[in-house]
Amino acid sequence: MRAGFLPRFEPRGQPSLALSIASPVIALLLTALLAAVLFVALGKDPWRGLSVFFIEPLSGWRPASEVLLKATPLVLCALGLSLCYRSNIWNVGAEGQFLLGAIAAGGMALWLGGPQGALGGLAAGDGPLAALAGRPLQLPLVLLAGVAGGAAWAAITALLRDRCNANEILVSLMLVYVAQQLLSYLVFGPWKDPKGFNFPQTPTFDPSTWLPPLMAGTRLHWGFVLALIAVPLFWFALFRSWRGFQLDVSGQAPAAARYAGFSARRALWTALLVSGGMAGLAGAMEVAGPLRQLTPHVSTGYGFTAIIVAFVGRLHPVGILLAGILLSMMLIGGEYAQSRLGLPGALTGVFQGSMLFMLLACDTLVRSRVRWPWARRLAP
Amino acid sequence: MTDRSRRQLVRLAGSLSALAAAGLLAACGKQEPAAPKAEAKAEPKQADPLKAAWIYVGPVGDAGWSYAHDLGRKAVEAKFGSAVSTSFVEKVPEGADAERVIRDLAQQGNKIIFATSFGYMEPMLKVAGDFPDVKFEHATGYKSAPNMRIYDASLYQDAYLAGVIAGRMTKTGTLGFVGSFPIPEVLRNINAYTLGARSVNPKVRTRVVWVNTWFDPARESEAAQTLINQGADVLLQNTDSTAVLQTAEKNGKFAFGWDSDMSAFGPKAHLASAIINWGPYYIKAIDDVLKGSWQTGRTIWGVKEDLNDLVKIADVVPDETKDLVAKIKAGMKDDSFEVFSGPIVDNAGKERLPKDQKADRAWKDKVDFFVAGVEGKVPSGS
Repeated sequence: MRAGFLPRFEPRGQPSLALSIASPVIALLLTALLAAVLFVALGKDPWRGLSVFFIEPLSGWRPASEVLLKATPLVLCALGLSLCYRSNIWNVGAEGQFLLGAIAAGGMALWLGGPQGALGGLAAGDGPLAALAGRPLQLPLVLLAGVAGGAAWAAITALLRDRCNANEILVSLMLVYVAQQLLSYLVFGPWKDPKGFNFPQTPTFDPSTWLPPLMAGTRLHWGFVLALIAVPLFWFALFRSWRGFQLDVSGQAPAAARYAGFSARRALWTALLVSGGMAGLAGAMEVAGPLRQLTPHVSTGYGFTAIIVAFVGRLHPVGILLAGILLSMMLIGGEYAQSRLGLPGALTGVFQGSMLFMLLACDTLVRSRVRWPWARRLAP
Repeated sequence: MTDRSRRQLVRLAGSLSALAAAGLLAACGKQEPAAPKAEAKAEPKQADPLKAAWIYVGPVGDAGWSYAHDLGRKAVEAKFGSAVSTSFVEKVPEGADAERVIRDLAQQGNKIIFATSFGYMEPMLKVAGDFPDVKFEHATGYKSAPNMRIYDASLYQDAYLAGVIAGRMTKTGTLGFVGSFPIPEVLRNINAYTLGARSVNPKVRTRVVWVNTWFDPARESEAAQTLINQGADVLLQNTDSTAVLQTAEKNGKFAFGWDSDMSAFGPKAHLASAIINWGPYYIKAIDDVLKGSWQTGRTIWGVKEDLNDLVKIADVVPDETKDLVAKIKAGMKDDSFEVFSGPIVDNAGKERLPKDQKADRAWKDKVDFFVAGVEGKVPSGS
């Protein structure tokens, strides 16, 4: 093929490691460049525009704590998803698992909250666990309930895939809508705050079930520390453990995995339960942390954004941590751009979309080499 | 693009990664100093314009609720000129994100902040406690604080007037209502719409479909289609987009505009628009702050104060109906007419307001039922 000036792409024998790390950075730089052009087109100082998106959200502990707060559920969900995607199991229902985690944790918090809560009927007297649950037990119970809720929701997907060979993409996605309806039913119905004028919300949880902030005056809670701990754990599980190796092999070469005697069923259940549990934990921490009550608006699409985070982070725990922070930075930067520069809110979506687009484009470089038609080959 | 700005861009891109890293480092380095410091450095000088900020639940281009609030913000800009500088953040979710946005606006030196959706109540209450010098205004809620007050419109009056027109225009005797959330405000509107219709046409029934969102054109449109398929031929909605009106237009049915003038979105279907003109309230609120006379409380304005109104009544509506609407509106203006006047019976036959009694504010706040003529039950577990 002799196309005049267009470059040609030749597949590389081996994907380039350097470029697979560099490609998100190049994508980010290209997005920033595009952003600067957009700012100029909108009549704003590009430098100010970029600083609002990329510097101001991190300028100082308080704004940075908000970035990390927003990133926490994204990172937790994405870590679990990376396990799924590495084992070639396409769980796209982290949003539903997140919601179930929130519901289970919220239910537990209301139940432990004692007779004045909406679950007062169930928790007659001082609450059935009053004797057992000294104060320090309350929060772990709430978080565990969240993990169990998320994992149970993912288990439905695993069961249907395992027993009926149902497509996990469809099942997990559809279960998101079921979870949303379930949440709506609960906050409009049995769990509704009796003193809330029929507004869809539960009473505020008992303070003993709140996730305490890391620092007074901020909303960033201990969940972020858990997310930081989860990163090396997932790194170890994915790259240094026998089970992680099995998952990886069954993802990359199912036939080889079968030949080696690795159980595909086991991989399926492990991946889905872990990712469901992680999403559920994220949901639990969202309601026990900043929200402290259930409303229909518990999630703003964390489970879906986490899919983007997982891929921008190259399905690598460290990458996911960075990607989660980057995405929440852009989200908050989008709010700043509105309040400080009077730019439209749709800009955030444009940046997110263009960054993904650039990333996909840059990924071509990982697997292919660019040949410019006017450059002579050096090798014979 | 000039050569200079191009060079600027290239430089920018080049230094960006370094800066991002520097930002991160700076953030980590600043972990030590105590938190309250950031809140102390609020307002620098007196001569600066008063900073006022709004947060919207939808996009300002929704042509409905958020758009109407933004018109109010623009009215403030027009009225006060350089004495006030305004800003807004749109599409703010009603969850954990709202608190961050409100807090940031307060830290940015805004002296008065308007939160224009119910779901901002708890977040705003939390922030209000930390910024005693900032005035907070929350639309449609029920919780207040010494520096947080409530304002609301009386859209049920518009809904009643729309109901009068709907009662006259319906051929099937079935009206449709696309509801957002079964909260008192929305239930009031459904009830008022039905009461208005039955005041001129006692056989009218109202069907309701809930969409559980304030703004989702696709779902609103689906709900409208469902209602039309069930025989409803005049639709009203308590959601923020133009989707219901557009769906009615497509099906050759009638509908109303809600929150702002939507006549352009369904020229044939459009019977009238229930509008809210937030400008006068926002101007008063800003004025209160400028004069130092701002006090907490609850302000509910209506037709009487020109805050909400039913406008752009279509030509297809008979003159006699238009006259009737004008007469009722005049009654609302001089307080001789109250939408919720007894006897009011719910759709299970229970009397909710005795004969010869007019509903007071407390009664209206607690509406949790459908009046006779509305089909179905209020979604609720209790």
